[in-house]
Amino acid sequence: MVLVYAESPRGQLKKAAFEAVTFGKKLAEQLGQPCAAVVLGTTQSDPGELGRYGVSRVLHVADERFDILDSQAATQALAEVARQVGATTIVMSHTSTGKTLAGRLAVRLNAGLVSGVSGVASVESDGTLVVRKSVFSGKAMAEYAIVSPVKVLSLMGNAIRLEVSGQPVSAEVLTVSAPAPRIRVRAVRTVEGRVPLPEAEIVVSAGRGMKDPSNWGIVEELAEALGATTACSRPVADSHWRPHHEHVGQTGIAIRPNLYIAIGISGAIQHLAGVNNSKVIVVINKDPEAPFFKAADYGVVGDLFEVVPRLTEAIRKFKAAQ
Amino acid sequence: MKFLVCISQTPDTTARVAFTPDGKAYDSNGVTFIMNPYDEWYALVRACELREALGGTVVALHVGPAANETTLRKALAIGADEAVRIDAEATSSAFTARQIAEYARTEAFDILFLGKETIDYNGAEVGAMVAEHLDLPYIALASKLDLEGNTAVVERDIEGGVEVVEVNLPFVVSAAKGMAEQRIPNMRGIMMARTKPLKVVPAVPVEEHVRVVKFTLPPPKAGVKLVNPEDMDELVRLLHEEAKVL
Repeated sequence: MVLVYAESPRGQLKKAAFEAVTFGKKLAEQLGQPCAAVVLGTTQSDPGELGRYGVSRVLHVADERFDILDSQAATQALAEVARQVGATTIVMSHTSTGKTLAGRLAVRLNAGLVSGVSGVASVESDGTLVVRKSVFSGKAMAEYAIVSPVKVLSLMGNAIRLEVSGQPVSAEVLTVSAPAPRIRVRAVRTVEGRVPLPEAEIVVSAGRGMKDPSNWGIVEELAEALGATTACSRPVADSHWRPHHEHVGQTGIAIRPNLYIAIGISGAIQHLAGVNNSKVIVVINKDPEAPFFKAADYGVVGDLFEVVPRLTEAIRKFKAAQ
Repeated sequence: MKFLVCISQTPDTTARVAFTPDGKAYDSNGVTFIMNPYDEWYALVRACELREALGGTVVALHVGPAANETTLRKALAIGADEAVRIDAEATSSAFTARQIAEYARTEAFDILFLGKETIDYNGAEVGAMVAEHLDLPYIALASKLDLEGNTAVVERDIEGGVEVVEVNLPFVVSAAKGMAEQRIPNMRGIMMARTKPLKVVPAVPVEEHVRVVKFTLPPPKAGVKLVNPEDMDELVRLLHEEAKVL
């Protein structure tokens, strides 16, 4: 049995959970095993909706003790559910939630763990599972063999395409024992109205070439036209032109959108490390020698203050014609 | 207060990435190694700041061979009081986590700090594993950490924002950008580091559940296609028809 932990931070089942279910269902097919999803805590939508992503059983531990992320309580719950359903492979998302839980669950279950998986390379006849992941901050790929009987995997965001392949099911409500949470939540501060960077499919990012934070309007407008999330380079975040949570790169957030548009960013190796898993990279820079062009799919050599508004206009025209 | 900071060593951020001919291991020939930035800039510096404010001891711990002691000396120069080296190659997250946990059991640490991940294998696994071995609470991706008596108030990065949580000591935390500012060791720190204690401890055996099959480098990019800056309709067309991302 493959058990997918479909995370629901702050009660919301989102893309990360749908991707994990899509991946878990396909892995289960490769292994010739059944697949179930488990949701911990109360949710704003019906967990049975996960059936759309191909899973025929959804287990719901509808207990508000799990509404906040306490790794000890959640690990206890997941271990108990895994035991109840006889799961030997557990899949979760490589998100802030997965990073908090995966290592802990692997130790609890005496399982081999590979985190940040982007795909399955092979399933061996002896039960060994070979998975792929990006390493060295996107500069190389690795294949790891998990040889233990029990396995834990966490899936990198945007690594696979969502697939709707089933119907909503009726969730089975479960109860599990768990220790009282030792972590208390005081407050949550989120940026409203934008897709978070790790989940974003299109990212518009700008760097020092913008010259001044007051010039960001043209970046915002391009992002708006594309339905994209905005990001920035490290020097921009360090000089407080933009908030730190927008910083992508080796020491910021690593992202893998379908489209990454870099505006006025030279493309230092540390910046590339955070973005070179993007499917398509567009670089706009007035310096034809900017190293970023070597990593780009499409390049525009020109003054960003002219090129960016022109691109925004072209996008709007394209969208209106669609 | 007693703080443990787990220090990893990684290739320099600008180091070329290459592998041995069999593809099984990183080719470290001619590569300069550094302290993992998340461990150094954020975890170690924050532990030192708390020690400066509240008193106590900062112990820097590293799992690695004797050649890596320069990294531990740097941690001492930045401000750690003592160093411990577990004498073994850090072969996997599971191995490293177990070594850290075995050592941590021998002393009553109030906070165990790690960086949020290493910049080479990008696992983000060790902190949660250590916490489980020691049955302690774990907070990952912390970008701010303050103490109010015996309670820590921690901001952890979540998708699209931060969550402010509180937890009683002791606990394990992984540090992300924002928790502290990088410190450059000064001459006095470097001199003092030479005489601070550095203890070597043998490793415990660990059964490995995961092995490397191979490392590969990504295929080189086909080359950039330049678009006339006057013609952004053409760029939109390429993104739609050729790249299929619009």
